[in-house]
Amino acid sequence: MPSDYARTLPIGGVPGRALLRLHLDPWLLLALGAIVSFGLLVLYSASHQDLNTLTNQMLRIGVAFAAMFIAAQLNPRLYLRWAPALYILGIVLLIAVLLFGTTVKGSQRWLDLPGLPSFQPSELMKLAVPLAIAWYFHARPLPPRIRHVLVALGLCVLPTALIVPQPDLGTGLMVAAGGVAVILMSGIRWRVVGALTLLAALASPALWLVMTPYQKGRVLTFLDPGRQPQDAGWNIIQSKAAIGSGGFSGKDLFNGTQSQLDFLPESQTDFIIAVIGEELGLVGIALLLVLYLLVVARALLMATEAQDTFGRLAAGGLTLVFFAYVFVNVGMVSGLLPVVGVPLPLVSYGGTSAVTLLVGFGIVMSVYAHGTR
Amino acid sequence: MIRTVPGWHAVKGVFDRDRARQRAQLKDVDQERRDFASRTLVVFLVVAVMCCVLIARMVWLTVFKHDEYRTISEDNRIQMFGVPPPRGRIYDRGGNLLADNVPVFSIFVIPELAENVDATLSEIRALVELSDEEIEAFHTLASESYPHAPVRVKLHITPEERAVVEVNRHRLNGVLVKPDTVRYYPYGKVMAHAVGSVRRKTAEDIRRLDRRRYSRTQFVGKRGVEAFYEHSLHGEPGSRQVEVDAHGREQRELDRNPPIPGQNLNLHLDASLQVAAGEALGERRGAVVAIDPRSGGILAMASEPGYDPNLFVTGLEATVYDELVNSPKKPLFNRAANGRYAPGSTFKPVVGLAALAAGVTDWQRTIVDKGEYRLPNSRRVFRDWSWTKDDTGGQGVVDLHRAIYRSSNVYFYDLGAKLPVDALPRFAAQLGYGRVLSIDVADAAPGLLPDSDWKMGARGETWYPGDNVNLSIGQGDLLATPLQLATVAAIIANRGRIVRPRMLLDNAANLPEFKGGEVVGRVAGEGLGDDDWQRMVDAMEAVVHLGNQGYRQNGTAWAYIGQDIGYRMAGKSGTAQVVGIAQGEEYNEEELDEFSRKHAWFMAFAPVDEPRIAVCVLVENGGSGSSVAGPVAREVIDHYLLPTLAASGQPASTALASESAPQDPSPSEHRVLAQPKPSQEAEGSRRPRRVAAGASPTAS
Repeated sequence: MPSDYARTLPIGGVPGRALLRLHLDPWLLLALGAIVSFGLLVLYSASHQDLNTLTNQMLRIGVAFAAMFIAAQLNPRLYLRWAPALYILGIVLLIAVLLFGTTVKGSQRWLDLPGLPSFQPSELMKLAVPLAIAWYFHARPLPPRIRHVLVALGLCVLPTALIVPQPDLGTGLMVAAGGVAVILMSGIRWRVVGALTLLAALASPALWLVMTPYQKGRVLTFLDPGRQPQDAGWNIIQSKAAIGSGGFSGKDLFNGTQSQLDFLPESQTDFIIAVIGEELGLVGIALLLVLYLLVVARALLMATEAQDTFGRLAAGGLTLVFFAYVFVNVGMVSGLLPVVGVPLPLVSYGGTSAVTLLVGFGIVMSVYAHGTR
Repeated sequence: MIRTVPGWHAVKGVFDRDRARQRAQLKDVDQERRDFASRTLVVFLVVAVMCCVLIARMVWLTVFKHDEYRTISEDNRIQMFGVPPPRGRIYDRGGNLLADNVPVFSIFVIPELAENVDATLSEIRALVELSDEEIEAFHTLASESYPHAPVRVKLHITPEERAVVEVNRHRLNGVLVKPDTVRYYPYGKVMAHAVGSVRRKTAEDIRRLDRRRYSRTQFVGKRGVEAFYEHSLHGEPGSRQVEVDAHGREQRELDRNPPIPGQNLNLHLDASLQVAAGEALGERRGAVVAIDPRSGGILAMASEPGYDPNLFVTGLEATVYDELVNSPKKPLFNRAANGRYAPGSTFKPVVGLAALAAGVTDWQRTIVDKGEYRLPNSRRVFRDWSWTKDDTGGQGVVDLHRAIYRSSNVYFYDLGAKLPVDALPRFAAQLGYGRVLSIDVADAAPGLLPDSDWKMGARGETWYPGDNVNLSIGQGDLLATPLQLATVAAIIANRGRIVRPRMLLDNAANLPEFKGGEVVGRVAGEGLGDDDWQRMVDAMEAVVHLGNQGYRQNGTAWAYIGQDIGYRMAGKSGTAQVVGIAQGEEYNEEELDEFSRKHAWFMAFAPVDEPRIAVCVLVENGGSGSSVAGPVAREVIDHYLLPTLAASGQPASTALASESAPQDPSPSEHRVLAQPKPSQEAEGSRRPRRVAAGASPTAS
């Protein structure tokens, strides 16, 4: 079977077989590589063609790919065994952050532990929550019983409730999304999904209670962008102007006035999709979304090949987290969703989310490589 | 346990179609895998639909809302900057620059580049003089602009200051010396009230003025010609279309539309005459207005004390400004156009003409002036100006001619009483009393010409015969400005032809501000003939020239200006009370403080037969019109006429007998006039400056 499969690979012969032996999936690698290349090109433009920014980002992406490579080598059983421990460690660290975290730019997200570089425990939870819920469902019959679903929901709400008040609505939402994705994949009936959605909608005012005034302002601004045109609303007005003025084919690379003349805030980070829209137009955005869709399709396909429930659910959940990033980011920049701090995966400047997401895909590859093929 | 709950079966059926498998509590690996695969497919479809939602949103923004967002984006990056037009220059009739634009250098600081703005400011302060107000103004400006934009610290530095700053530039980060253009008035104080001045645009101006035209204009005309012709002098701003970034930094210029410079103005003013008028007034408070009676052109309009209009351009320290505003001498007050004073006896020729027009008197009728006048059935005594406690005064037998040159109050009291109510105001209005006859004098006041309607409105009283009597010697409520009386002199000089005073020399420019420059016609009066005008001129000539006739027989001004005059001049003096003097009280100058003394007037024109200049002089609290204001008028007219009389080859003494030099109304003639007078020295030394002691405390 591996040999048959190898024949269908985009990279044949010795390199193809080498990739297989290294537990790396060429299709997924290719799609991720395309996204990363596209992202670097746009970042180069968004940074006013600054080579420093570009090399920095390449370095970070390199580190992330290395992390993915390592993650792909580990046996899924290892993840299964360590998932609960990782989850509990994450929760402990999140509580520690709330108690003695370092405040950067008004948010208490970082933890400075002696002998370790400072890091964000919330980032760890993006992996830990899907893994933990997959672990929980692994030992139980599927489709899960309602109380199992409720327990799983609890596993996902607890870290979210610890992250949102940091304040970090974006990461909190992504962590919750990872948990919910696994629950969805677990096979609960659509009617339950419907009931739970209704429940979530009814419970959403509870989220309002843990949100900071700043986050509330973001939501209000989303509902009415003209509310603070000079402040929070400015971002969304400028990003829509960038995308809208780009039109079908854009103003060409390096020529977007919104981004090049600094009207577009956060143009290298959270709002980089607006640079794509302005300079490469609808075509550029569609191309990127298709690439993301390819990644999701391939990763989901790989998840179905997993050898056990844990592998399937973990791989599926991690893939959907990735898509949640894409949807929330593009949705917020285009004014469909409130502005929450979620980067565009593998394109926005910064290494943290790239490492988390690529480690996720490393786990997907590991699951696939040890799968049933 | 949960199964004991009633109705559970119904709910249960909803939840699970594989109840049997669930009950078995066994994991069916293959089934789970199949379930997962189909579930994954559904999930993927959901993901794809969500992607489509995003794409649809993008299509909405990029295709359907494209135009709207392109406009927002263009508005972001493209800004229109106004380019201020250069202000029009102002010249006198001889081409002398009265208001110029000169380049100056100013110190700017770019807050972004100066690491520590306060430290930088104190560094600058060590090099050039910098007031607290300038520093305060800097902070105000800086707080309103981008940190990368240069903010002015000090306008108009001297070349020495500029050199010092440039030498130290290496250690002054963010400090900039930039050229700028400001208004400059070469004549300074002398022209301040005539030409006016520009001042820095204020918040009130911003509200009042056209935003588009004035967006980049720093100075606005506030007084005089600068204010009246503001629109024409200003010009039309150009524009620059500039691409800017989000911080307002200019990236590049996309388009440029040059400004249309303001209109240059040529005025009737004669700079040399204006200087002479200021010098003739000397340290006294007062005004001189000189008009060319042929055109109405204002040759000089001096108001003393003046102020240096250049101070307002470069920015005035509060202490200096307070001094100007609060000084009892009111240097900012344009007495010439805006000062309202009782005209006193200068009104008598007008009263005489009004009486002739009304048929109340003629040139033959005489009265006996015993120095006092009483209305029938009234106990109030109106006295002659010559009255004292020891001498009832009186001019003896007077006709209209003598009443003018002796300035007989009683004769005019009598005329006043005989004139019908409102006949006098109606007549006087034609000569410009109580209204603004001038065409383009920015701050011209209409004065006050009382009549029965006015009195009823202002006081709620009817017009009494006593009001007519008071009015007939230019007292009562009558108020006029020196500019108005100069106009009256010009109209009498023209024998009744009305001219409107004007600053602007050439009509060619067709400026929108200049309205109604046409000749207004003649003063109308039923019984008034050309002969009457000529005889009134003769009477006014006698004021100056009738001399050596003995006690109380000479023209009132002869002793002071008429004994050595080299041409024929007609004039009329006036002395106006400032404070009321009670019945039977004597006016004693020594007992009154400076600001309660009488105002001295003199209005005149010359040469009598072909008048080329009409002058009105006012000396505030100067005392007697003939002795104080008269010599000033003489000096001004001398300055204007003597050079041409000399140039025409006639010695000044013979010009007296002969006709005046042929006249050339073109401005080129006045270019010659504006040159220093070759014969002034000789003329001045030959003439006794003042025969009688000047009443003004500051007279030299």
